[in-house]
Amino acid sequence: MTTAIAVSHGGHGVPPIPSMEGPAPKRIVVSFGFWIFLLSDIVMFSAIFATYAVLARATAGGPTGAQLFHLTTVGVETTCLLLSTFTCGLMSLAINLGRRGATYLGGAVTFLLGAVFLTLEIREFAAMFAEGATPQRSAFLSGFFTLVGCHGLHVAIGLIWLTVMMVQVASKGFSPFVHHRLLCFSLFWHALDIIWVALFSIVYLMGAR
Amino acid sequence: MPSSGLCRSLALITASGLGGCSGGLFDPAGPVSSAERTILYNSLGIMLAIIVPTIIATLGVAWWFRASNKRAHHMPDWQYSGRIEMIVWSIPAMTILLLGGIDWIGSHQLDPYKPIVNQGKALRIQVVSLDWKWLFILPDQGIASVNKVVVPTGIPLSFRLTASGVMNSFLVPQLGSQIALMPRMETQLHLRADRPGSYRGYSTNFSGDGYAGMAFTIDAVPAGRFDQAVTAIRGRGPDLDAAGYAELAKPSEAVPAYTYGAVSPGLFDRIVAPEAPAAGPIPAQRANTPEED
Amino acid sequence: MLGKLSWSAVPINEPIDMIASCLMILAIVGILIGITVKGHWPYLWREWLTSVDHKRIGVMYCLLAMVMLLRGFTDAIMMRAQQAFAVGGAQGYLPAEHYDQVFSAHGTIMIFFVAMPFIVGLMNFAVPLQLGVRDVAFPTLNSISLWLAASGALLVNISLVIGNFARTGWFAYPPLSELRFSPDVGVDYYLWALQISGVGTLLGGVNLVTTILKLRAPGMSYMRMPMFCWTALASNLLIVAAFPVLTAAFAMLLLDRYLGFHFFTVGHGGNMMMYVNLFWVWGHPEVYILILPPFGVFSEVTATFSGKPLFGYRSMVAATLAICVLSFMVWLHHFFTMGAGANVNAVFGIVSMVIAVPTGVKIFNWLFTMYGGRVRFAVPILWTIGFMITFAIGGATGVLLAIPPVDFIVHDTVFLIAHFHNVIIAGVLFGAFAGYNYWFPKAFGFTLDEGWGKAAFWCWLIGFYLAFMPLYWLGLEGMPRRMQHYQEVGWQPWLMVAGAGAVVILAGIACQIIQLAVSIRTRDRRRDTTGDPWNGRTLEWATPSPPPMWNFAELPQVEGEDAFWQMKQLARDGKLRAAVPPAYRAIEMPKNSPTGFITAFFAVVTGFALIWHIWWMAGLGLLGAFATTLVFAWRDVAEAEIPAEVVAQFYEAHPVETLR
Repeated sequence: MTTAIAVSHGGHGVPPIPSMEGPAPKRIVVSFGFWIFLLSDIVMFSAIFATYAVLARATAGGPTGAQLFHLTTVGVETTCLLLSTFTCGLMSLAINLGRRGATYLGGAVTFLLGAVFLTLEIREFAAMFAEGATPQRSAFLSGFFTLVGCHGLHVAIGLIWLTVMMVQVASKGFSPFVHHRLLCFSLFWHALDIIWVALFSIVYLMGAR
Repeated sequence: MPSSGLCRSLALITASGLGGCSGGLFDPAGPVSSAERTILYNSLGIMLAIIVPTIIATLGVAWWFRASNKRAHHMPDWQYSGRIEMIVWSIPAMTILLLGGIDWIGSHQLDPYKPIVNQGKALRIQVVSLDWKWLFILPDQGIASVNKVVVPTGIPLSFRLTASGVMNSFLVPQLGSQIALMPRMETQLHLRADRPGSYRGYSTNFSGDGYAGMAFTIDAVPAGRFDQAVTAIRGRGPDLDAAGYAELAKPSEAVPAYTYGAVSPGLFDRIVAPEAPAAGPIPAQRANTPEED
Repeated sequence: MLGKLSWSAVPINEPIDMIASCLMILAIVGILIGITVKGHWPYLWREWLTSVDHKRIGVMYCLLAMVMLLRGFTDAIMMRAQQAFAVGGAQGYLPAEHYDQVFSAHGTIMIFFVAMPFIVGLMNFAVPLQLGVRDVAFPTLNSISLWLAASGALLVNISLVIGNFARTGWFAYPPLSELRFSPDVGVDYYLWALQISGVGTLLGGVNLVTTILKLRAPGMSYMRMPMFCWTALASNLLIVAAFPVLTAAFAMLLLDRYLGFHFFTVGHGGNMMMYVNLFWVWGHPEVYILILPPFGVFSEVTATFSGKPLFGYRSMVAATLAICVLSFMVWLHHFFTMGAGANVNAVFGIVSMVIAVPTGVKIFNWLFTMYGGRVRFAVPILWTIGFMITFAIGGATGVLLAIPPVDFIVHDTVFLIAHFHNVIIAGVLFGAFAGYNYWFPKAFGFTLDEGWGKAAFWCWLIGFYLAFMPLYWLGLEGMPRRMQHYQEVGWQPWLMVAGAGAVVILAGIACQIIQLAVSIRTRDRRRDTTGDPWNGRTLEWATPSPPPMWNFAELPQVEGEDAFWQMKQLARDGKLRAAVPPAYRAIEMPKNSPTGFITAFFAVVTGFALIWHIWWMAGLGLLGAFATTLVFAWRDVAEAEIPAEVVAQFYEAHPVETLR
């Protein structure tokens, strides 16, 4: 009988290599799976990046990046996002230490910085709209608003997620579920940062020239 | 019903088989299509040399090693042989090496953008695909026609192509290579008809409800008769100007062939780049380099 | 209030549409009434609709594929009938606007809702069993994936009754698919159905990659995994890397259509070639997403029915991974005729050909797997041999298409149609049918009827050759694809033969339905009490048929390749002894969850609302999906414990005979 075989047979020796150790613990599986998902998200961004790169000069007589981008605002946005990653890291430390108060503080500061980033981005978009630089104006602007907007949408989803997680910490404490999800959240938040760095360099720094 | 239909079809096929092949690649009428046919036959031959033995071996091995055949040599644990692995990787690799050579040389020799070099100046033809018909402009002759064009034999045909609205693809099977037509973009194609004949052409890229009716004809005639045909067309029938083109561009299906006696100069360039400020000809560009847009 | 939706969306004036719609609605209503009358709802809800068991989900995926195969095949036979008669001045019985929907729906359905769910279903069912584990990494997510795929399929079918489907072909190239040229809801149905099912596919891919990389029985190193798991890993890696590109391309087209963006429009700097590139950056890996798992099935089947280990296992792994990597480097061969330069065309052509090398290696290795074996001609290996022969031809025509000068003359003619049906029917579908016959006894505990199975195989094989060999010929004669009617009288006889081929395939499908019905009716005679009806080699055969929810009471200890075969050898030599009495322990298994079903319900609502511009409903749908996620996130207990006595009782009732 199979089941019995496993019992009688499984006793001897420790498997020599990690790939033979049997199923990984839940924490590893969850974060690994989420990491794979993030990779797919990055692939999606790279498709949008590629499109943007192709369309970057297709302004159809409309405004160009050099006329529209204000590096100071974008610089402040970048600082906010990078700082929020730092505070998100601090929050993870607090979670690992099991300190609720510090977790709330880290979460709140992260949320605040993310919200400031998003507000600045929305104001930037609104200013462009006011100048007639809408996504309907040219292929370049379609690409720009889609790429930057998609990142902004991710940040907005991140803020909602963070809020939900704070409520979960309050209502459930650091249960394994909550722990895994907070781990995934911080992976997500860091990935957004990586994407923003690429976005900042390719869209704003190269486009403002 | 199906069985009687089948019988009739089989009878028809036998008949058409006896009557010879009906066209397309089997009856090339120009250097491009014959070269393409040669490449097709050669590559197919090379592959059949591998595939036919493989198919026979598959059937043979499966049958010989059937469970009920007690004479077959039984090797229940045989799962590796370095020598066989070597052969198994090298046969397809060498085949592909050979075919890769054909691929590389053929792609360069038969690049649709490459002009056909021979005596005689090429005839310039501009092609616009519309919903759902074809416009042919002969700029040097100053005439145009819809769904049918007359060309001389033995002289290179140099096509510039674009589309009015949606994408299409221009294919005359007996003359050779096809090329896509896209709005606001220009593609090029070089063909030649070596013998007189009436060659059917199609769009192969689906373009909407009238697509099936988008067939056209290229009439290849000897050079002398070509000049006569041009003279007969020139000055007769309607003129093709911007307004006439706008009218033509409206969707219509199964349009019978007709001709324009005159064409306003630069019309094709304005179709390719309507937003361009000046009327001057824009530099020819490869269609798939959008970065240069 | 209802956006673009009005009574005129129902095709009352089109008899063919109306009859099809009525038949479909009648069938669905009939089934629903039947279930209600027999009182099966509680059972269905408890055991299937809310199940997170990978085996049940796999079975439901396959069921979805088979039902949609009937729909897609109906489209196919309608096209064949149209082309058999619409010659000369004749217009056939389908007007262009209907014919165009039929071929667009046929392609979309066959790729996304037949081939995809079939192979995803087989992977879902078999991979965890072969890896010797109890479930996939994320069981509830798995259920969400399934129901999102079903949602997409449902939306495509709704388009038959309300509104219309796309008339753009299955790849919906702009500018034809832009609002200016396709103002009706057809393209929107296409886009939203595929976006929704695409999310499901992506999540499923993440799930299986994680499962294969992180959850394997102790001792199962990578180089001990069954071949099917390797191909599943490669396929799901491709899903994770390719589907987001499709999502992005469709999102851009949606922005063009809904908000007036200019990604692919004519004018304003839009560039339709960007869509073509993105579509095939997904589209070519998609071909290998579909074909790699069937390659795995053929490997398992050949080894099992030859009674030998797979020949050249390491070569096979290398070939699989080579195909996986190369598949991302060849997308341009789908548009050699768009005027790329000779160098670009030649390089992409040669890389495309190079894929034939690992594929050829696989064919040879299956051949040598049979060599020296004792081949039992059961139904699964018939499909395999049929595949090997037919696929060799399809591969050859594929290499022809990879030579740009040849492609210039046959691109988008019916030669291309013949080629990809040659590889997709003979490769993907034959593989799916082989897997279906192979694993059916494992899933349901009784074997499928051999006679009807063989009849189905022969009908499909002969029907395939009849239907598609004439198209190769016609393609060389220059017949373009997607012709609603044509002038050339000489083409008609060939198209009639192709039509007859479709009828023979129909007979094959009928045989398969009869096979299933006969097998269910005579199931008591064909019970598999051993758990190992084929003398298998991999771990799924080490469990009773059907396996218990927990698959393995104790995860098996794997000592080498072909783990179960080794166990059987050891048992035969008396080196393995069952511990008496076996010590059973309680098992934690994930609890059923309606999350997937409810999320999918809201996805259908949202999708439908977006198609018809009913914004409030779309908002409600999204809110509903979010609320469902929250409820799921607030659950306290994810797993239920199965007591040791229940486990023990199960094994007393289902002794596994092979090892006795």
